[in-house]
Amino acid sequence: MIKAILIFNNHGKPRLSKFYEHYSEDTEQQIIRETFHLVSKRDENVCNFLEGGMLIGGSENKLIYRHYATLYFVFCVDSSESELGILDLIQVFVETLDKCFENVCELDLIFHVDKVHNILAEMVMGGMVLETNMNEIITQVDAQNKMEKSEVRL
Amino acid sequence: MALKIVKGSIDRMFDKNLQDLVRGIRNHKEDEAKYISTCIDEIKQELKQDNIAVKANAVCKLTYLQMLGYDVSWAAFNIVEVMSSSKFTYKRIGYLAASQCFHESTDVIMLTTNQIRKDLSSPNQYDTGVALTGLSCFVTPDLARDLANDIMTLMSHTKPYIRKKAVLIMYKVFLKYPESLRPAFPRLKEKLEDPDPGVQSAAVNVICELARRNPKNYLSLAPLFFKLMTSSTNNWVLIKIIKLFGALTPLEPRLGKKLIEPLTNLIHSTSAMSLLYECVNTVIAVLISLSSGMPNHSASIQVSFSRHAHTFSLKYLGLLAMSKILKTHPKSVQSHKDLILQCLDDKDESIRLRALDLLYGMVSKKNLMEIVKKLMLHVDKAEGTTYRDELLTKIIDICSQSNYQYITNFEWYISILVELTRLEGTRHGHLIASQMLDVAIRVKAIRAFAVAQMATLLDNAHLLTGNTQRNGICEVLYAAAWICGEFSEHLEEPMVTLEAMLRPKVATLPGHIQAVYVQNAAKLFATVLRGHEGVPADSMVAQETSQLLIDRLPLFVQSSNLEVQERASCILQLVKYIQKLQQKDVEVAEEVTALFAGELNPVAPKAQKKVPVPEGLDLDVWINEPPSGSESEDEGRKSKGKAVFAKEESRHTKPRYTEVDEKELAKRREVRKAEQANNPFYIKASPSSQKVYQDGVGVEHIPVVQIDLSVPLKVPGMPMSDQYVKLEEERRERNKADKKKKKDKKKREKGEKGRRRRGDSGPESEEDITPAHMVDIVTEEMPENALPSDDDDKDPNDPHKSICWAPCVNTAGYGVDQPPLYLSPHPSLSLAPHLQVCDIQGNLQDGSQVVVSVIFENKCDSFIKSMEFNVLDSLNSKLQRPDGAGPHDGLIVPFQLPPGISNEARFIFSVQNIVMPQKLKGTLTFIVKTDDSSTHEKLDFKLHFTCTSYLITTPCYSDAYSKLLESGDLKGCSLKLEGVNQPFHHLLARICFHHHFSVVERIDSCASMYSRSIQGHHMCLLVKTADQTVSIDAKCDEPGLLGNVLDEIKLTFSQC
Repeated sequence: MIKAILIFNNHGKPRLSKFYEHYSEDTEQQIIRETFHLVSKRDENVCNFLEGGMLIGGSENKLIYRHYATLYFVFCVDSSESELGILDLIQVFVETLDKCFENVCELDLIFHVDKVHNILAEMVMGGMVLETNMNEIITQVDAQNKMEKSEVRL
Repeated sequence: MALKIVKGSIDRMFDKNLQDLVRGIRNHKEDEAKYISTCIDEIKQELKQDNIAVKANAVCKLTYLQMLGYDVSWAAFNIVEVMSSSKFTYKRIGYLAASQCFHESTDVIMLTTNQIRKDLSSPNQYDTGVALTGLSCFVTPDLARDLANDIMTLMSHTKPYIRKKAVLIMYKVFLKYPESLRPAFPRLKEKLEDPDPGVQSAAVNVICELARRNPKNYLSLAPLFFKLMTSSTNNWVLIKIIKLFGALTPLEPRLGKKLIEPLTNLIHSTSAMSLLYECVNTVIAVLISLSSGMPNHSASIQVSFSRHAHTFSLKYLGLLAMSKILKTHPKSVQSHKDLILQCLDDKDESIRLRALDLLYGMVSKKNLMEIVKKLMLHVDKAEGTTYRDELLTKIIDICSQSNYQYITNFEWYISILVELTRLEGTRHGHLIASQMLDVAIRVKAIRAFAVAQMATLLDNAHLLTGNTQRNGICEVLYAAAWICGEFSEHLEEPMVTLEAMLRPKVATLPGHIQAVYVQNAAKLFATVLRGHEGVPADSMVAQETSQLLIDRLPLFVQSSNLEVQERASCILQLVKYIQKLQQKDVEVAEEVTALFAGELNPVAPKAQKKVPVPEGLDLDVWINEPPSGSESEDEGRKSKGKAVFAKEESRHTKPRYTEVDEKELAKRREVRKAEQANNPFYIKASPSSQKVYQDGVGVEHIPVVQIDLSVPLKVPGMPMSDQYVKLEEERRERNKADKKKKKDKKKREKGEKGRRRRGDSGPESEEDITPAHMVDIVTEEMPENALPSDDDDKDPNDPHKSICWAPCVNTAGYGVDQPPLYLSPHPSLSLAPHLQVCDIQGNLQDGSQVVVSVIFENKCDSFIKSMEFNVLDSLNSKLQRPDGAGPHDGLIVPFQLPPGISNEARFIFSVQNIVMPQKLKGTLTFIVKTDDSSTHEKLDFKLHFTCTSYLITTPCYSDAYSKLLESGDLKGCSLKLEGVNQPFHHLLARICFHHHFSVVERIDSCASMYSRSIQGHHMCLLVKTADQTVSIDAKCDEPGLLGNVLDEIKLTFSQC
């Protein structure tokens, strides 16, 4: 199970947070801060896994992250997930964003967090991986956007 | 109406949308909070409007603010309103907001049930999809119960998009409403074979999550998953399945054998590193569960590691995998020692910590010093106290593991400990201290050395404590003072040490250390007195010492610490009294020494348990009658009394000890732990004592202050552990040389004949390393009348305890014509039903068949069922399996065994070559069923096919016999047995019985015998006896077989 998906920038500003377990708003902020603290002090060329974020579930869970330019993509997962599998998934996520936003950058995420949520919803549902095929994800996201547009015209 | 809409859209033009909000927040960096609060006010206004578009916009902004940490639960009802909009755009906004901020205690969720049900059955697949996605985040037990049926219907929806979402959300429904699992499971299973790969993947996902919670229940799905594994091309699905198999194999060993091949194929064919890694991981799990797959084992580690070495992430995972192997096959990991040591240099802390974990399991007598030396280097280099402390604990763990098993030179270890005290700002002073105490107490031979070291430490105490008294490392002074005091007879200059212990600076140490200082100063004083009394010239020294104590102790008498104060004033008075006596020239040394006489031995952890309860003592009986005061009195005492006595109602019945005792015991244990930790005289022998100590003293609370010293702290006059490494190497060299010399000597004695291969100077084996000095680790003390028993390691609940391997001869009824062969169990396994081979007999009808009768006897108290008998075929011998079974399948034993019952089963083996005896390895798997659970067990055994078992008793007439001998086809061989003092006819009966021969003719003390092998080899024996010597001349047309049979005959007679 994926426990949480966090995207924040190099300064720790959250760009997307999706928790699949309920926490209070304060705890969520604390988790984001702690995760940022753990991840940001690590070198570029070290492994992408971290054990023991204290707040989400403790030692059972791992943080798996990737750093792209100004953004960190962090997945907090339990032991049922494959570490390298999740790394691949993050890559799929980012490539999908790239396709949907055409050369995605931090600003896209800042102003269109709702769209990022919609894309993510086609990949991960309730903490479980729904789809890993990028084309399928994009097809579904496009179809929904088309529907939205047709509604606006009405 | 139209007007309203127009008005609404005009309003909207002035509303902020999400982008405006974000922009606004970015433009108000200084007063962000203030800006947001005005925005929230605006949003509240917007939510009051009727226009759903305005509401949706407001909710969208709220979702963003929620991410920034603002509580938006007050808008929950508005979110539900937006969710129920008929437009997809708004519905999606509503569901997203709900998924971000709804949870089980959100009360408006109750209102959503019907809306969600409507959306689930919407003709638009995206309405349904959005509802499912939202629901997956906020499903409650009530929602799960009410909607389970609707979702189950969706699992068979025509659109795969809906099917996969419905399948996936079922897991959440199961979690919240477990009753739904049973009715939904068949459909879920069906979805594993859905034509759409996405749906398939979802089903695999759900079942993997379920199986993780309870793998046993999903074993039956293994064949289906196996099929998927070989057919699917979706890496994500494969990874999930392979991970699942990794969890299943320990439960079902047969699965492992089947898996190896497809997994190996995947390893070689896949390009996805993630899949490769999971394959390797599962292969490891399989090999561990099989315990027989050693050959290709190292190969797969090699694969994992060599491929993994280049990227950092893979390095981490490689180490993770190795730690799994290490648990069961330490040898195969040990060969990668250098690689792991390299990982310690890695700049990534995750990797270094993993490598450290591995090192723990890799040490041996041979490499301990080398590894610790490397670690010490890292300690010096390490930045950051966390990692350095981790290193320190690991060094101590590594050295002290299994009772200092790997330490050959304790002097070296003491100097390592002393070197570790140079660490600045470590939290683990107490850990080092407890190691010093433990070693000094338990290793008698090292005491002199330890005392000398500790004396130097005390002398240089100022270096350890620095300016700060709140430094964790000063804990070692506690140990140093105690060791110097307790073993003061080894001190060369007790005066110097005594002086060092009474310096004014000591008063800045923590109280519990000062207390030990004071007490041990007294011990040292006793030693000094003893050393100097009787010699007139020295009496001055003794008196000076008394004066020193009298001068210095008042400082401690003023201490604010009660313990220090009390001890100091006691000892001060004592010394004053002694001084008076000294002035009268009275000899006091003996009396003073008597104060501290007696040796303290370590107490075994189990000692307390071993004290036998004296006869007539019933610990469960009240010592005093429980107080029987009036009701009111009882009430008044309730709060106090509860902890000590059982509940009031129990007064008349037997006191309910259990629950109260648990609490009470725990409490007492805590108190005792604290006491022990502060008591230098109580030393627990087990390594766990270190922990106790740590808990008790509470040094964690002492804030650690880092000393900023540019010059590394080095205690002058301290031996460096490196010297010991060198010394040790030299010593080993010398030992080796000595041995070689001895060998050479022997060689020379043996002369030319004994020309052996020269002992090449390859790596020395573990046994070659002898300890530097014979160090006797003092055995732990046990109560005098404790019963020496070995059973205390055994868990009384151990289900295998009842099943034993006691050999029992069972020959009745089966026509056994050879001694029963006991299947020799794998050394580590002493469980299982009793197994016994009562007969291995060749088959007359078929020249290549051997029938093995096995008696299974259930010696445990539980029911045993589903036994499966399997043998690892060799090239020569194969277990005959029913048609269609694979070469590795086991045979099902056709019966079950209630407790205490035995039964016989026969297995047929086909054998090609009967010339050589054979041993076959096999496994028996079975299920032990107890009242409440059933466990899967396995038993390894060996099946021994002797050459005799290929012989069949065949009668032969003397004329045919002589013809056979005359034919000249037979080759001869002979055997002499000496010291056989049994009657000749017994001897013949023995050969007939055990080796399947028949007597052809017997004349006095001479007999001819005959037997035939299943493949038609003739075998003739001529047995003669004279003066306790039996000579057997044998002839056979297969000399190999003959030789082996003769060996077996010889063995039979040597055993009687």
